[in-house]
Amino acid sequence: MSSSNPQTLLIPLLLAAIGALLFWAFWSGLTGHEGERLAALALERVPESGASNPVTSVLLNFRAYDTLLELAVLLAALLGIWSLGPAAAPYQPAALLLDSLVGWVVPMLIIAGGYLLWIGGQAPGGAFQAGALLGAAGVTLALSGRPNAGLPGEAWLRVLAALGTLVFALVGLTLMGLGLGFLTYPPALAKWLILTIETGATLSIGATLAAAFLGGRPRTTRPAEP
Amino acid sequence: MSHEILLTQLLYGSAGLLFFLLGVWSFISHEPLWRKLIALNIMGAGVFHVLVAVAYRGLDAPPDPVPHALVLTGIVVAVSATALALAFGRRLDREDGERTPDVHGIDDREDGTHA
Repeated sequence: MSSSNPQTLLIPLLLAAIGALLFWAFWSGLTGHEGERLAALALERVPESGASNPVTSVLLNFRAYDTLLELAVLLAALLGIWSLGPAAAPYQPAALLLDSLVGWVVPMLIIAGGYLLWIGGQAPGGAFQAGALLGAAGVTLALSGRPNAGLPGEAWLRVLAALGTLVFALVGLTLMGLGLGFLTYPPALAKWLILTIETGATLSIGATLAAAFLGGRPRTTRPAEP
Repeated sequence: MSHEILLTQLLYGSAGLLFFLLGVWSFISHEPLWRKLIALNIMGAGVFHVLVAVAYRGLDAPPDPVPHALVLTGIVVAVSATALALAFGRRLDREDGERTPDVHGIDDREDGTHA
């Protein structure tokens, strides 16, 4: 970039102006008059949401449609990645030390994922954290030379990737059919419905993240040449 | 709201705003697509910083769950968008490489052989 270019001066000035505006908005948001905040409303109704962790309540109950669409975004991204070409060539098989380490790390990631899924009802945790751990397990496997990142064959992978969206939408539509409204859980069933949706979402998120890391349509499973 | 909480929120949130602005600057002033992608992610990280700062209610109180849930949603969307963008970039590189080999001066390390 040459110094005579007017952009070199203009862009920082513009950014400083935007920054000042954003800071002013942030400052007045923090110090300004506290109107009726959503937080109070949400925290007040957590006990009847089926999950005692407020964040899970918001994600899976108060703003459940938001989370449903988010799973759809994940699915759409994976479909986009698959339509752009085949997966990258697999990494070389790992050496003995890394390979045995992977044998320890991956089961622990899966157990930790299951724990986070279960604890999400009452403490920080939930489908996204658990799914991220499962995805990390897949990435670890891919980096150590497993060509398909430990994922099942393409037919099952398609089922796994769609599972979260599917279960979520089916629960919503069933409740609608029962006359309760889309994703309006009856309080008695809320806990189990949320757990069902979260389990499907965890499997979907984990499989989608690992498959996205491969960067393309899955190859037919063939071990890499040593 | 106590003074200490406000100070924490301001420091953390301002760092987020700074991240966001640096991201915007990098996004508009650098040409390579992968730099734009990293810039986009830095912008996103800045926005998450601000939302987390807004949610903070002190160490003893639970955070505001609404912005927290938004951040969780945002991270997943950002990750999948990045993955899709990388796949687009790889495909573009491959198409370019077929027509004019080695224009970028960078090897496509992952699949140098696209037979």
